[in-house]
Amino acid sequence: MNEKRRILRNSAVQALIASLLCIVLGMLIGYIVLLFINPTGAWDAIMEVMKNFLHYSKHSLRIKNFGNTLVKTAPLLMCSLSVLFAYKVGLFNIGVAGQYVIGTCASLYAALAWGWAWLPCMLIAIVAGALYGGIVGLLKAYCNVNEVISGIMLNWIGLYMTNMLLTTVKETTSPYTYHLKDSAAQALLPTAGLEKFFNNNTYVTIAVPLSIILAVFIAILLDKTKFGYELKATGNNKNAAKYCGMAEKQNIILTLVIAGALASLGGALLYLTDYEQWQCTASSVPGMGFNGIAAAFLGGLNPIGTIFSSYFIQHITSGGAYVDKTMYCSQISDLISSIIIYLCGFVLFIKYAINRSLDRHDEKQAQKKKSLAATPEESRKGGDK
Amino acid sequence: MEPYAIEMLNITKKFPGIIANDNITLQLKKGEIHALLGENGAGKSTLMSVLFGLYQPEEGIIKKDGREVRIKDPNDANALGIGMVHQHFKLVECFSVLDNIIMGVEPNKFGFLQKKEAREKALALSEKYGLHIDPDAKIEDITVGMQQRTEILKMLYRENEILIFDEPTAVLTPQEIEELMQIMKNLSAEGKSILFISHKLAEIMAVADRCTVLRKGRCIGTVDTRDTTMEQLSAMMVGRNVNFHVEKGERHPGDVVLDVENMTVASKVHKNNAVRNVSFKVRAGEIVCIAGIDGNGQTELVYGITGLEPLKEGKLTLCGKDITRAPIRKRSISGMSHIPEDRHKHGLVLDYSLEYNMILQRYFESEFTDKAGFLRRKNIRAYSDSLIEQYDVRSGQGSVTVVRSMSGGNQQKAIVAREIDKNPELLVAVQPTRGLDVGAIEYIHRQLVAQRDAGKAVLLVSLELDEVMDVPDRILVMYEGELVGELDPKKTTQEELGLYMAGAKRDEVKA
Repeated sequence: MNEKRRILRNSAVQALIASLLCIVLGMLIGYIVLLFINPTGAWDAIMEVMKNFLHYSKHSLRIKNFGNTLVKTAPLLMCSLSVLFAYKVGLFNIGVAGQYVIGTCASLYAALAWGWAWLPCMLIAIVAGALYGGIVGLLKAYCNVNEVISGIMLNWIGLYMTNMLLTTVKETTSPYTYHLKDSAAQALLPTAGLEKFFNNNTYVTIAVPLSIILAVFIAILLDKTKFGYELKATGNNKNAAKYCGMAEKQNIILTLVIAGALASLGGALLYLTDYEQWQCTASSVPGMGFNGIAAAFLGGLNPIGTIFSSYFIQHITSGGAYVDKTMYCSQISDLISSIIIYLCGFVLFIKYAINRSLDRHDEKQAQKKKSLAATPEESRKGGDK
Repeated sequence: MEPYAIEMLNITKKFPGIIANDNITLQLKKGEIHALLGENGAGKSTLMSVLFGLYQPEEGIIKKDGREVRIKDPNDANALGIGMVHQHFKLVECFSVLDNIIMGVEPNKFGFLQKKEAREKALALSEKYGLHIDPDAKIEDITVGMQQRTEILKMLYRENEILIFDEPTAVLTPQEIEELMQIMKNLSAEGKSILFISHKLAEIMAVADRCTVLRKGRCIGTVDTRDTTMEQLSAMMVGRNVNFHVEKGERHPGDVVLDVENMTVASKVHKNNAVRNVSFKVRAGEIVCIAGIDGNGQTELVYGITGLEPLKEGKLTLCGKDITRAPIRKRSISGMSHIPEDRHKHGLVLDYSLEYNMILQRYFESEFTDKAGFLRRKNIRAYSDSLIEQYDVRSGQGSVTVVRSMSGGNQQKAIVAREIDKNPELLVAVQPTRGLDVGAIEYIHRQLVAQRDAGKAVLLVSLELDEVMDVPDRILVMYEGELVGELDPKKTTQEELGLYMAGAKRDEVKA
């Protein structure tokens, strides 16, 4: 019994339980919503969302679509790493969505307008995102502007700047940018033979392993280095960081520079595969960045954890496409996956609830002991009289 | 016999590793002023937290007017008519006095504020008890004494019957103390029951009817102030070995280590300067103590010296090097160590392990970080283990203990270990013994003296009179941001020191 409690107190175990609970809760609420709309197909619809590529019975199709999910997992992982990294320093990088868009813009423009190769395209995306994140950092460090406010405003600025720039490289008859395959094949990310494992799905590129390597890199950076020590100290106690002479202002700026670079690399990692084209009439920032926030929390704010949470979130997002459109309108898939994603953000809350209930149990136990100890004493007193 | 207004019977409250309250009984009569006396860490705050429902005691019961009550949270306490003036006021700075008074119990009709009634009630109460408040003044514009009276009026407005004053005189000038005493007497004459927490004997003798003394979590006894003397109370408070005098030899002051010239530091809380044109020197091999009542600029003085706040004017020299504009890290490397006033705010990263806190000032040195920027875990562990051993820092799991879970005394020992082991030329120690038990206090005092004897300069900032009289070689008294006197602890008395601290006496102090 005590052993079980001790395990429950472990923060890693708590994170895992909380994440799983959030997923189940999200599915449940999604299911209830579907029941209201059309009860007959509700269960099937939820199962389709969870199955994603398993929807197909043919192995070759399954593996191909598994590849597609992975293609979109890579940018999501980058976004969630960006959120997580800033969060460790006590900053909420909601500007991740804008940084992601800026990365997209820089890489696509360099590829289509200047004809750059994939590596310089990636690098310019990183630089652009770093600068973009740096703006938030500068404002935070020197003008004490809340990073959430400036982040959200920069999201919109980034979106319209991107629309404006990429309009110069879009197809004449559609709002979409040119296909890289036709216009700038030199900028396509190399597949390094990975397509063979996914039934010749050439969208699967080095982006996938690269994002996982970066997650491990971030884990090491935070956990094993002097830089990580400083950043986490600043995040935990800004005053103590100042007291021992850490350059907290520089650390704040540097953190957002790195967070911005991670997110915008995410943009490059998706659009340089040519899996999607940028829609120059987009009126809101893509959900990728915001999903990154959910993925970071669902992954227990652990870089390795986010690898799995990012995959899961992309899995259900892609799975939404398979919901039966004859029973539900086409938006329902987005609705269900976003309900689940929304609930994923509740990980910290559930962790808190677990601790609360453990505390309450301990207190009750203590009181029980107290009353047990008190009773014989009381009776003895009675006897003395 | 009339039942007691509040009775706390046989209260026991334990924390991991310490019994904060051990079978304490406190009985407050209706209409009396009852003092609760004890040193820092004697268990006064814990007992009051139990009364307010912030902690649940393991044993013991609370009775109100003879009936047992359960107080589960502060709302229960409020409902029972228990009110408290905290040491640090709970006021909204940019609100008016009246707004603060009605906050939480705003009179309203259909959601619209009805301030007129509230104003009349507040003014009537103010009149009745001689509080002299101006309901329209903003909190940020009025004096500390006036703020305190706002707090008192807040309790009266809520018709609280039991009023708790938590060390109310710590922040007041002598005149304000005088006035407060009169107000307390008025209140008790009107039938309010007052619990007065303090460790100042003279005040207790002047105002209280009875006094309960706590020591190390135990109840030593309750006495009638008419039948006792200050000496008796003092003996009860500190135990038999009253004066744990600090043993130290002759001082041999050497070169000037810290030279402060005409230092002025702006205040964060008001528009005036917190430190005004202060000059002094600290030499190697001596302990200099800055004494004064809390809030007279000591905190800002230290912030200025250690670099947490910039100087407005003046010059700082450490071991002959100008550090006026030097960043904190540079000062630290140049030989300054700092035991901060608030160990939770500045001194520790509470969610870091003990070993990570032990290297907080040195993590960047090649011993702990390799050339590639990776932490040298083995060295960190070894260093931390050696400090724990050498300075007897106790914790649940040694080096990997999360500091948040450690006791206050051991957290402080960890900071002392870290700062002294840095082998500084100048050790700035700000209230290093605050909230610690007698054993830990003695230990830290010995460490300070050891630093002095090793030829280091020590700048001690303290609010505790005993510490001020016992530990240093020289005392500088600070009052309203200025140095108003230099005293030799061997020649002066507590009374004389008190006069300087209260601003009643002042000399020209030359560096």
